[in-house]
Amino acid sequence: MDLVELSRLQFAVTSLFHFIFVPLTLGLSILVAIMETCYVRTGNELYLRMTKFWGKLFLINFALGIVTGITLEFQFGMNWAEYSRYVGDIFGAPLAIEATVAFFLESVFIGVWIFGWNKVSKRIHLMSIWIVAFASTLSALWILLANGWMQHPVGFVLRNGRAEMVDFMAMLTNSYGLLKFSHTVVSGYVLAAFFVMGISAWHLLRKSNPDFFKTSFRMGAVFGLISIFLVILSGDYTAVVVADAQPVKFAAMESVWETQAGAGMNLVTWPDTANERNYVESMTIPKFLSYLAYHNTDAVVQGMKAFPKEDRPPVLPVFLSFRAMVGMGFYMTFLVILAVFVSWRGTIEKHPLLLRILLYSIPIPYLANQLGWIVAEVGRQPWIVYGVLRTSDAVSTSVSVAQVTGSLIGFTLLYGLLGFIDIYLLIKFARMGPDEDVSFLIQSARKEA
Amino acid sequence: MVFQITWFVLWGVLWAVYFMLDGFVLGSGMLHRFLGRNDTERRVIINTFGPVWDGNEVWLITAGGATFAAFPTTYALMFSYLYTALLLLLFALIVRGVCFEFRGKIGSEQWKGVWDWAILVASFIPALLFGVAFGNIFQGFPMDAAGYHGSFLSLLNPFGLLTGALFVLLFLVHGALYLTVKTEGDLSDRALATANRFWPVLLVVAALFLAAAYPATRLYDNYLSVPILLAVPLLAVGSLLTIRVSTAKGKPLTAFAASCFTILLVVATGLIGLFPNLIPSTLDPASSLTIYNSSSSPYTLKIMTAIALVFVPIVIAYKIWVYRVFRAKIRLQDVLEDEHSY
Repeated sequence: MDLVELSRLQFAVTSLFHFIFVPLTLGLSILVAIMETCYVRTGNELYLRMTKFWGKLFLINFALGIVTGITLEFQFGMNWAEYSRYVGDIFGAPLAIEATVAFFLESVFIGVWIFGWNKVSKRIHLMSIWIVAFASTLSALWILLANGWMQHPVGFVLRNGRAEMVDFMAMLTNSYGLLKFSHTVVSGYVLAAFFVMGISAWHLLRKSNPDFFKTSFRMGAVFGLISIFLVILSGDYTAVVVADAQPVKFAAMESVWETQAGAGMNLVTWPDTANERNYVESMTIPKFLSYLAYHNTDAVVQGMKAFPKEDRPPVLPVFLSFRAMVGMGFYMTFLVILAVFVSWRGTIEKHPLLLRILLYSIPIPYLANQLGWIVAEVGRQPWIVYGVLRTSDAVSTSVSVAQVTGSLIGFTLLYGLLGFIDIYLLIKFARMGPDEDVSFLIQSARKEA
Repeated sequence: MVFQITWFVLWGVLWAVYFMLDGFVLGSGMLHRFLGRNDTERRVIINTFGPVWDGNEVWLITAGGATFAAFPTTYALMFSYLYTALLLLLFALIVRGVCFEFRGKIGSEQWKGVWDWAILVASFIPALLFGVAFGNIFQGFPMDAAGYHGSFLSLLNPFGLLTGALFVLLFLVHGALYLTVKTEGDLSDRALATANRFWPVLLVVAALFLAAAYPATRLYDNYLSVPILLAVPLLAVGSLLTIRVSTAKGKPLTAFAASCFTILLVVATGLIGLFPNLIPSTLDPASSLTIYNSSSSPYTLKIMTAIALVFVPIVIAYKIWVYRVFRAKIRLQDVLEDEHSY
């Protein structure tokens, strides 16, 4: 592999790994904040136990999300120096603002929340977790505005051999960035909902702490239902901005080769990239693609052939990732509606099959989140900034293939090890349940004292 | 012009505050295995900085982000030229971050033993590498129009290593004083003794640094042309001496405050000497990266200045509040009773 491919692979590995932990942080922080709000309002100990149990899992997950985020900020300079030099004038700003306005808040108040149980009032403690939840979503806003700019660059001019910012508000109000933000964040909420429902299902199947886990389950289900509705809504609008800003990505997502008005959507198809056509096209929904892209059944949808070959992304991975993501979205919608329905009637424990399906569906939203990023980032290729800078021109020129090979191996080993430990700990504490005695953790210390 | 200077100052402040705040966490991390004689004492040490270390590290993220936003060319070249060093730094910071969360999650002695070693190594490496990196920035990089002609090993030159040693010792004394203030009894006494033991070594290394900077770098140029600036390094030396005077008088809190000022002033001393360069070139002065030839456009700098002026004071305000909330000493019984501690 050459330097560009290695650097891309490393960025993919480190950012996808980071994104195993981020969506749960986004969603679970809100759920834990809601649980603690219930506790402060009602004084019911059940909600306090819920806050502590889910809060512990939240923190185990949070640790890796934080530390793997630093890598991404460093990597722009380390591996993509030409990119950083060329676009830093406009791209650096949202990253610096993210650290200043969001990351500080999140990191300072997580400390108050973890250690403040007996140090601050109940209200301040509750406020801390809400600040953490708010700040992690705010953090996502700035990062996704930065990514949105790479997808649909606005508010700049090419001057002095680089892209210089001329309109800060244009970047803030970039519809691509804002839609990416909404779609990504609510997808994280769905992931957290499935995490809570899945773990609750495991306990309900074992009849451990039924009240505790029925309440958790219901909260997860309702939160999941609201969130998945927003995922579908934001996803629908995202398709419109993609078709508008990056028509070639839209064509790759749907494997469309020919430009056509009133384009139909093929439920069954498979791209044949070499011959610039599809092997099969069947079960076509007439005019549906035009509707998805432009909310107009007669609109013209551009096909891949309308673009020079050197400007097209690889079709198969984009097409497959998109299909799989959408498929999983429908699957999760169906499941979450069932879950809300059953828990509404208060009979979840009488549906072991549904509980088992929910348990084994915990990985589904994780996969869907990862696939969404693959669609967004692979679909933007060969550009790093769409239409402005090619990925092949963005890499660091002073870094050698040996260095990146070494760092890629290093990241893979370190992340593999830490990821394994983190997931092991999550499973261990998820299984333990809310009231299990964890004093063994400080027992050795007690002996010494 | 005004904004470039503003951002040079802000950039310096971010680094200085980062070193002051993470310095005691890194220092405590290097000492925790030796000062903590058993698991309880080690947990006390970790819990002294437990509520604040994460927020302290964000100063580094902000310094990195500010470099990117305000001086993108410097960010691009510095980070890619220092590839291997930054990689090691990243690995260390990643490991250190998870150590605190993971260490207490399994009861076994071996498990904790592994993480105790990890905390030591993952605290030492950043302390050393930050020093090595700044030592090399002060000397300048071997770079010209064709690019960079150095390597990871060429960073480990005598002046680079001397600056690395300076940072390690600054943080060791700083961490030991922090633990003196934040713990009590025997542990606090041992931390104080440790601070006093490292202090003379720090003094010698600091003197060596000031002497070696004359042949190795051009840091003194600015001081020779504007002698009033010499007040800054003099104050730094004064703070350094105050540390020992205060510990001798039995005032560890004053000593810790003096140590905070020492770190701020050491960074200020270096950066005043560096101005207006961000990274000088040792091969070709025209290839030096300065605040003028590597900065963002005036428009971007203006926006960033406005945001910094509004939000940095807010950050400082709530950080002070949090330090007040957690100002109490950590006692042995605190970590034995509190299920929420690390």
